[in-house]
Amino acid sequence: MSLTDQQVRHIAKLARIELADGQLERTRDALGSMLGLIEQLQAIDTTGVEPMAHATDLVLRLRDDAISETDHRSAYQAVAPAVENGLYLVPKVIE
Amino acid sequence: MDTVKQLSARLAAGEVSAVELAQDYLAKIEAANPALNAFVELNEAQTLIEARAADALRAEGRAGPLTGVPIAHKDIFCQTGWHARCGSKMLENFAAPYDAGLIERARAAGLVTLGRTNMDEFAMGSTNESSHYGVVHNPWQLDAVPGGSSGGSAAAVAAGIAPAASGTDTGGSIRQPAAFCGITGIKPTYGIVSRWGMIAYASSLDQGGPMAHTAEDCALLLNAFAGFDTRDATSLERAPEDYTRALDAPLAGLRIGVPKEFFGEGMSDDVRAAVDAALATFRTLGATTVEVSLPRSGYAVPAYYVIAPAEASSNLNRFDGVRYGYRAPEYRDLNDMYAKTRAQGFGEEVKRRILIGTYVLSHGYYDAYYLQAQRVRRLIADDYRAAFRDCDLILGPTTPTVAYGIGDKADDPLSMYLGDIYTTSVNLAGLPGMSIPCGFGASGLPVGLQIVGNYFDEARMLGAAHRFQQATDWHLRTPPR
Repeated sequence: MSLTDQQVRHIAKLARIELADGQLERTRDALGSMLGLIEQLQAIDTTGVEPMAHATDLVLRLRDDAISETDHRSAYQAVAPAVENGLYLVPKVIE
Repeated sequence: MDTVKQLSARLAAGEVSAVELAQDYLAKIEAANPALNAFVELNEAQTLIEARAADALRAEGRAGPLTGVPIAHKDIFCQTGWHARCGSKMLENFAAPYDAGLIERARAAGLVTLGRTNMDEFAMGSTNESSHYGVVHNPWQLDAVPGGSSGGSAAAVAAGIAPAASGTDTGGSIRQPAAFCGITGIKPTYGIVSRWGMIAYASSLDQGGPMAHTAEDCALLLNAFAGFDTRDATSLERAPEDYTRALDAPLAGLRIGVPKEFFGEGMSDDVRAAVDAALATFRTLGATTVEVSLPRSGYAVPAYYVIAPAEASSNLNRFDGVRYGYRAPEYRDLNDMYAKTRAQGFGEEVKRRILIGTYVLSHGYYDAYYLQAQRVRRLIADDYRAAFRDCDLILGPTTPTVAYGIGDKADDPLSMYLGDIYTTSVNLAGLPGMSIPCGFGASGLPVGLQIVGNYFDEARMLGAAHRFQQATDWHLRTPPR
């Protein structure tokens, strides 16, 4: 199974990873060989089998509705690329 | 070579202090690490702070069995005072502002951090070649890979420059490097060790665990690492157990299942010979062996390469250059900043897995790939459930071959993926699995024996491994200096 260049560009856009034109062919081939591996799964009859989403069929627990967190803002923002007045800075998105 | 057990005894007897022990290991690391590249961060001041605290605890009479014992931590665990780079350029400048659950527990046990170990980028790889910080060399043969992704941890223990290390295992990342480097490592049942603060790769598969020379050491360390953590939504709320409790249980009556599918095509002759000899040893010790079948195990690698990348593509969305980590220096707008940051911050293997994961989750392919893989996952888990009706433990090879040369599979990721053929099914099922040394291959590199247990049967696995290690000396062999 192989992907078209257009499909590869679309996947890269969805994943927010810039693909230079020079990397397109290499990426397409790499993804194609991975798809070749996972295509094998189509051979298995899974009619009536419930998908297994997790390693154990656990039931998510509820916690008590109590305050458990304290303010870590300054510690967490200390590792950010750009912050100002307690806010994360990104390029302008609204003109 | 010193085991955790031996160091614990020397510390308890007052023959050595935690500070002296830490300094001794740091000197060994300084001498050996340039050739191995097992450690990516050392911080003597930080190590000695922890060592002095351990000595103070002992002076107050509050020491536990691991107080003052040195350990190396995989660079995937968030740990205050240290970087958590996760093998990636993306996190080159990242120092976590909090401790992971496993780190908290290690600290509480008094374990002293020697340093942070190298790993495949975001734990994606089986050779350590995808690390942004350079490949790790196998202490047995420096031109061989140490395995991955916990390759730095395995190499450090094998070389005797750390008595023990933490690791994580998503598709074999504790067991495979343990096998390649001739040490013992255990991936516990999913949910036993907290994933909180452990940088996520594939959340439904990731599980942390100890790596050391012996099963006994792994049992002592698992006692420290395991435990409920409210901050991990999948952490299991269970009564604490003593993983050393079955170390001396006799093997008489133990039923060992040997899956015929694990001894087929692709398994090298030297691995087969070593594993067969190990099975014979178990029989001599009183266990019986019975053939079992895991008919769908051949689909574990393809199912893994749908599920793990799918989860990774979601987990790694957080690396966008906004809250932490790398940000591209130049960009046009917000979307361009994301795309350039991720293009420049991630390595090739990580990008490949994010892209394939994005594809299998995308509109029109979700059912055919992702849901189908999850259905196959259940069939694989069902196979194990059926096999455990006829046996107590399942034994076989950890890997189809011994370690190969650095660069040998660098251009052929698929053949690297297929090296995880015996380990991935264990993660998919959520079962505990371990690897112990059981001999050497034709090239003089170690062979690993995989022991898979039923859910929560770590104590029995560790006990069987310990009995084997009482009768053999593979785990005591050390690489040439």
